[in-house]
Amino acid sequence: MSFDIVLTVNGTRRTIPIPDPRVTLLDLLRESLHLTGAKKGCDRGQCGACTVLVDGRRINSCLALAASLDGAEILTIEGLAEGDRLHPVQEAFITHDGFQCGFCTPGQIMSAVGLIREAQAGDDPERVREAMSGNLCRCGAYAGITEAVLEAQKALSQNAPTTRQGEAA
Amino acid sequence: MIPFEYVRATDVAGAVAAGAAPGAAYLAAGTNLLDLMKGGVARPTRLVDITRLPGLAAVERRDDGGVRIGALARNSDLAHDPAFAEAYPAVAEALLSGASAQLRNAATAAGNVMQRTRCAYFTDPGSACNKRRPGSGCDAIGGETRLHAILGWSEACIATHPSDFCVPLVALDAGVEIAGPAGTRLVPLESFHRLPGTTPERETVLEPGELITALVLPPEAAAFAGHSRYLKVRDRTSYAFAVVSAAAALRLEGGRIAEARLALGGVALKPWRSRDAEGLLAGRAPDAAAFREAADAALAGARPSGDNAFKIELSRRLAVRALTAAAAGTPARLPALPGSVLAPAPEAAHV
Repeated sequence: MSFDIVLTVNGTRRTIPIPDPRVTLLDLLRESLHLTGAKKGCDRGQCGACTVLVDGRRINSCLALAASLDGAEILTIEGLAEGDRLHPVQEAFITHDGFQCGFCTPGQIMSAVGLIREAQAGDDPERVREAMSGNLCRCGAYAGITEAVLEAQKALSQNAPTTRQGEAA
Repeated sequence: MIPFEYVRATDVAGAVAAGAAPGAAYLAAGTNLLDLMKGGVARPTRLVDITRLPGLAAVERRDDGGVRIGALARNSDLAHDPAFAEAYPAVAEALLSGASAQLRNAATAAGNVMQRTRCAYFTDPGSACNKRRPGSGCDAIGGETRLHAILGWSEACIATHPSDFCVPLVALDAGVEIAGPAGTRLVPLESFHRLPGTTPERETVLEPGELITALVLPPEAAAFAGHSRYLKVRDRTSYAFAVVSAAAALRLEGGRIAEARLALGGVALKPWRSRDAEGLLAGRAPDAAAFREAADAALAGARPSGDNAFKIELSRRLAVRALTAAAAGTPARLPALPGSVLAPAPEAAHV
């Protein structure tokens, strides 16, 4: 059973054939669209290397059925920079050595972008660590990642103040 | 993953009709189902996608003071809904103590209720499992049983239900709204999950085609807002299932407990409410002696299902600690590490 879905991927609306309903969003991105930034680490929702934003929210793309996301907006690591100008989160990961081998980094960065949009962690490193616990880093770059998230969040709030969601929770 | 037919439902009646077919399963976020399908544990031949059913993602305050949580409400949306978190802080804390931010952004309220056990023998198709393949035996018995049941288990199955969310919900008398071929019914969450007995393959009271449309909290549930906690002992501080968890909620009047609620997680194949413990606490002063008596009552029927006798005393101590924390007052803001027994919580009064 083959059918098409429509996704807006990194700002571009695309009609994409689904050859088999078993295809996950991760496999669709990597195999059909050749966007290989999102990584297949565990493929079971445990490592976070496949994290992308769907309709502005970070999720594990390995546990999302592509067919079910018909009509969604997807943002991957490939869509983050503007030309040669890196996104503030990307800049901050470089500044703070937020990676070593780099395999988990696209997922870490997309998760950090999602975390900042969620606006629940504030400037508390403990809350940032907790909110990043779905992204594993086998190189152990966690200290730099936490610093990078905090700095990027500060930079983004200075550049473009966003409406903060309720912090009651 | 075996091939399946993908069906997108557009209304509840259509979903129920499509979901009643043999081999059909409902797909919401799929965070648990797809994982099990990849592992060959779940093998549906038809997926009925319910994510587009209209109106099922809403969290609605009812005129009577209760709340109706739509089946498709995402874990993170519910936990971060300010009015919901203020009225049911232990539910918000339980939600935020579970999984990861990515999973909470996807996973739904009803999906959480319907999630399967994380028993390693259930998720390994090479192991015998009466739940996965009735009559095949239980390799968990005599195996690695650290996370297995101490209450309500049987010789056929010693697995636990892994939900955090369901633990405070069952303490707060939540109901499960179910649509089916014969109409709609409301089942108390407390009797929704079945204990294993001789038929561990029958996990809930759902009949073929029946679909959860909402979870409902009664008006009385909000009366515990000022004294509610969810605590969770796990093998790492974040992104781990409970070894044991406890939801405690108190209604205090004149320095005494007018009404208490206590439920445990990670101890049985269902969220385990202890009405015996609750009954003992009514009318008592909220002190250590009362809490220990309640904990003893809650675990009175407990017995190890393997190398997990430690969970019995751990559960008692966690129940005491959760009751003590609840008596001290709900924190004004959830701790940085929700549900953690290691996190220092500034215990500012909630109201």
